[in-house]
Amino acid sequence: MKTTTELQTIATQIRRDILRMTTAAKSGHPGGSMGTADWMVAMQFNIMKHDPKHFTMDGKGQDMLFVSQGHITPVIYSTMARVGYFPVEELKTFRKFGTRLQGHPSTEHGLPGIRMASGSLGQGMSVGIGAALGKKMTGDDSLVYTLHGDGELQEGQIWEAVMFAGAKHVDNYIATIDFNHQQIDGTTMQVMDLGDLKAKFEAFQWKVVVIANGNDMQQVLDGMAKAKALTGQGAPVAVILTTEMGYGVDFMQGINKYHGAVVSEEDLPKALAQLPETELGDF
Amino acid sequence: MEVNGHHYINTFILNSKFLNYFNNMRTYENQKSKELRAGMGEGLVEAGKQNPDVVALTADVKGSVKMDGFAKEFPDRFVQCGIAEANMVGIAAGLSLCGKVPFVGGFAEFVTGRVYDQIRQVLAYSNKNVKICGSHAGISLGEDGATHQTMEDIALMKALPNMTVLVPCDFNQAKAATIAAAKHVGPVYLRLGRSKMPNFTEEGAPFEIGKAQLLNEGSDVTLFACGHLVWEALEAAKALEAEGIKAEVINIHTIKPLDKEAIIASARKTRAVVTCEEHLFNGGLGDSVAQTLAMNCPTPMEYVAVDDKFGESGTPDEMLTNYGLRAKNIVEKVHAVLKRK
Repeated sequence: MKTTTELQTIATQIRRDILRMTTAAKSGHPGGSMGTADWMVAMQFNIMKHDPKHFTMDGKGQDMLFVSQGHITPVIYSTMARVGYFPVEELKTFRKFGTRLQGHPSTEHGLPGIRMASGSLGQGMSVGIGAALGKKMTGDDSLVYTLHGDGELQEGQIWEAVMFAGAKHVDNYIATIDFNHQQIDGTTMQVMDLGDLKAKFEAFQWKVVVIANGNDMQQVLDGMAKAKALTGQGAPVAVILTTEMGYGVDFMQGINKYHGAVVSEEDLPKALAQLPETELGDF
Repeated sequence: MEVNGHHYINTFILNSKFLNYFNNMRTYENQKSKELRAGMGEGLVEAGKQNPDVVALTADVKGSVKMDGFAKEFPDRFVQCGIAEANMVGIAAGLSLCGKVPFVGGFAEFVTGRVYDQIRQVLAYSNKNVKICGSHAGISLGEDGATHQTMEDIALMKALPNMTVLVPCDFNQAKAATIAAAKHVGPVYLRLGRSKMPNFTEEGAPFEIGKAQLLNEGSDVTLFACGHLVWEALEAAKALEAEGIKAEVINIHTIKPLDKEAIIASARKTRAVVTCEEHLFNGGLGDSVAQTLAMNCPTPMEYVAVDDKFGESGTPDEMLTNYGLRAKNIVEKVHAVLKRK
């Protein structure tokens, strides 16, 4: 277990990785990656029970994580590398021809830690529920986690899955919503108002935990611990994680353009200056 | 061709009374018409007994797709997903991660076309060990009309890398194909009709995925058929035999991977091909055969299929007859292709 300060340091290094990966690839999705970096670090370094050095596709006896909004590969890959799934140097290959680090996660290329392709939005919750049912059927008491974008909740399949998990009491499952209020064409309010998310999940028979500041490591740790404590009680658990897109660099924060736009080579030093290199070192 | 045509007519005239001694026409009897979906249902129970990891999911059509037997036998291995096919496909993919062998059952249109992207992302691209059982496929569904009569499903499913596409021809073969699908590792689409159709293949015969099934040897024309049209092709071969035309009948129960060797070998021998299927021209068995022949041994070829239109309401018999999917239509196409030989 890492201390909160250690986790914060890792998250800072991961934000540097995200910026350097996407600028080098001249493509990718830095905004949502930066916003969820704290959650991803908290999960992979402290919350989840998993063995990155010995990845197995069936994940028996280990917690599983599915990132449904697959476009945030920069944070997925960086965290996975830093926690030990594969060498950190491999981050240099992000989005390059022949890489295991595809633009969106794939199993086809054999990257340890990836169990399902994602990127076509709205599908990860169904997959997570299926894995959770599989764990129940095989007597495996570990947990299944999924992460979703808030804009992704506009996909109809999400609500099929939400209804299923509540009605069928899938209580070994925690879905986290990255509530950053941004999507490609504007704010979620402009594009499609999500309404009262907490009330919606509760109406579908879920238990809900709200993390008011998902970019505060301690709040994330406490909130996820609370979510874990709510499992096994006959209902799935939703975590509404309020974050800021592009968190960590002032000119990116809260700007929806950075969903899918990268920092230019010219601006990269300015961005990195706000996230000093840590003792972990750049890739 | 003309020379050959006369040759066979002469042979027929000369040997007509000895025909039963010399021809190779094998006879197939309809044991009793049964539904292919019911064959899948029985096969699923059998697969469930053989492998405790086999599980089944449906979207509120348990009885319609004949999964009720499995659900009764193995209630803990059956997942009722409600009317939500997209979610069902994702759940199946998740279950497969834990070592389960999920069979997803629904109406063919709604477990293929409706959820194409889900199948593409989490089953085909992610190469998961999930079997999609599409019942009510094809125009012989009948009265429900075109909303439910998919004739594009083979095209959709065979277009996906990693996907295996099975189109068994009768009840017995649907059962065997289901058991074979459970043993195969990887995503499979199993196409099944709703209506009672002749059941004529041997009960308990093994089903070898990817291996064409020679039903009748012939030398003048090859009929490559799949699904319900295999019986029609056999009926057509009988009628052709009476005309002195020896039709080879090959059941292509696996559209993908395609048994190209068998197709090429037969086309080289007969030098005339007719494909027979309850599907659109575009993207079905005919296109798979045409592609194989075009690249390996260009051969005159005709399609018995539905040409770029939707179906409508009617009895299964009326549908097959009015949409030109009968033995007599196959015979007509044989006559046409022999003129091009």
